[in-house]
Amino acid sequence: MWLKFEQRPEPSKTMSYVSPILAVALMFLSGLLLFVVLGKSPVEGFKVFFLNPLKDSYGIAELFLKATPLMLCAVGLSVGFKANVWNIGAEGQLLIGALVGGGIALHFEHTSSAILLPAMMVAGALGGMAWAAIPAFLRTRFNANEILTSLMLVYVAELVVSWLVHGPWMDPDGFNFPQTKLLSPEATLPILLTGTRVNAALLLAIGALLVGWIFMNKSFMGYQMKVAGQAEHAGRYAGFSAKRSVWIGMLAGGAMAGIAGIAEVSGPVGQITEHISPGYGFAAMIVAFVGRLNPIGIFFSSLLMALLYMGGEQAQQYLALPSSISKVFQGMLLFFLLGSDVFINFRPRFIRRRK
Amino acid sequence: MGLTFISSIIFATVVAGTPLIIVALGELVTEKSGVLNLGAEGIMSVGAVVAFAVTHHSGSPMLGILAGMTAGMLMSLLFGISALTLMANQVASGLALSIFGVGLSAFIGKPYESIALASVNPVRIPLLSKIPVLGPALFEQQGLVYFSWFLILAVAWFLYRSKAGLILRAVGESPVSAHSIGYGVVKIRYQAVLFGGAMAGIGGAFLSVFYTPMWVEGMVAGRGWIALSLVVFATWRPGRVMIGAYLFGGCMITQMFVQGSGAKISIPAQFLSSLPYVATILVLVLISRNRSTIRLNSPASLGQPFLPDA
Repeated sequence: MWLKFEQRPEPSKTMSYVSPILAVALMFLSGLLLFVVLGKSPVEGFKVFFLNPLKDSYGIAELFLKATPLMLCAVGLSVGFKANVWNIGAEGQLLIGALVGGGIALHFEHTSSAILLPAMMVAGALGGMAWAAIPAFLRTRFNANEILTSLMLVYVAELVVSWLVHGPWMDPDGFNFPQTKLLSPEATLPILLTGTRVNAALLLAIGALLVGWIFMNKSFMGYQMKVAGQAEHAGRYAGFSAKRSVWIGMLAGGAMAGIAGIAEVSGPVGQITEHISPGYGFAAMIVAFVGRLNPIGIFFSSLLMALLYMGGEQAQQYLALPSSISKVFQGMLLFFLLGSDVFINFRPRFIRRRK
Repeated sequence: MGLTFISSIIFATVVAGTPLIIVALGELVTEKSGVLNLGAEGIMSVGAVVAFAVTHHSGSPMLGILAGMTAGMLMSLLFGISALTLMANQVASGLALSIFGVGLSAFIGKPYESIALASVNPVRIPLLSKIPVLGPALFEQQGLVYFSWFLILAVAWFLYRSKAGLILRAVGESPVSAHSIGYGVVKIRYQAVLFGGAMAGIGGAFLSVFYTPMWVEGMVAGRGWIALSLVVFATWRPGRVMIGAYLFGGCMITQMFVQGSGAKISIPAQFLSSLPYVATILVLVLISRNRSTIRLNSPASLGQPFLPDA
């Protein structure tokens, strides 16, 4: 017997929704296996990793807190991914957004104006867009591959952050720690639920999901981008500009990542440090794919990804495993998703092997 | 500037360029078969940590390199299953491999942080190492440096002088034609992917066993991505990989150059560290702005899945 994939006459809509669920199930299974390999009880491991984080309302609030930057980044990236614009530098755009927005907060630290916070958010978005504009420009003007350029700019952004917090922006009273001053209460996002850390950025993220949904499903421009992504030649024939797709895709990703960055600085982190993001910009790519590049899907997949982050912390605390185990889970999830997606276009069939 | 200083600059440039040569040549062969594997960063990370762990436990750098190579092949096998057997998008599969590999290496490497390996004595080539300036710079290097030179010749010979190389290139240019005259496209692509994985694993091993001799999370620091850019820079020709690799190698050691030159300028370390990344972007722009260069030199089927019997 031999497994063979037979092309379906048309892609299966059902399978495109079943595939992420299958991927998550496979991730859980291999997670159990991983715990066994590591010499931990799989039941205990599962409990610590996936159930512990959610056992009280504080945990659930933390889940939404961590899902917020993922939602923001992923919905922005999904616009580009639909049009086959591969912005993989959201992490760098997030950092620059955090710097520009945080810079405003530090510069106007004695201001208690009501427009300070909105100005910071706008500045964060603009910072992210500016960083994303570089690969967009290099792609549209010089044909330089945006995958490589946007990724290189992540490293540059990290070094810019490192320079600022070690040098000009370092808190003079901070005992030489590489970090800026704490943001003033006026520059801090309001908490939504007292006793938790979940803040107004969650509302921004949900707003972004709504706007993203309307853009991709109800606007002509969103339609053009989808066509350009699915059938390049058809898009070109219809006169849809490929360059515009690149610009819109990159800028949408940059703006959302920038807001995610400043929201972290003016939220849970509270200052600019070298550890603003535990790789949210990269995890957001997985979120976008697992969410099928669809805002509703992204909402749920960002919660799942946030759970993986929290599970990693729990595993470190209670199972003495490195917290990077969450990244192993994240990577596995994406692999399983890509693998399961074969069923969208193909039907598995067992055939007898010919001699 | 003394002669010893020049010699040590050349030495350091060659050392910094070596992993780039090895990884980029592996990727070049993969891409020549029509497969774009963006997972080099992840493969290198896993190769580095596995090689480090095995060298630490066995005391043998040779075993470490072999283990790094094997780990690299296993990692690229994951990519192959996803992109070749299950026909998933190659870009997404490569990204997945990079994310997974970087995470996995951090996970495996946690217990090995803050351990240092004994430095390995270089291999002196008799006579040649006696040449003034160039001798100590080029011929008192680690074995893998000589391996990287050999690899350039071997890959060039394989691609342009051997039958197997011709078939590989045919698969990359036109998988349908290659398939129709009876070549197993998927099988050949698997071999190319595994070769790329093996080389990326060795490249990672070089970093953790010889270059820094220690393991730090994130120590690959984008070298996998730079190696990918190097393939574009070299317009898919093995010889040019070496030029590019030493160019980037030079960018990576500017820190040493600035300190050694005794110049009284204070440049923040971060600016010097960002040079290789900025240089990569500039080089990509310079090469890619002429669209026909890319179109003429890149394998025609690069990045496209192949459906057997379709």
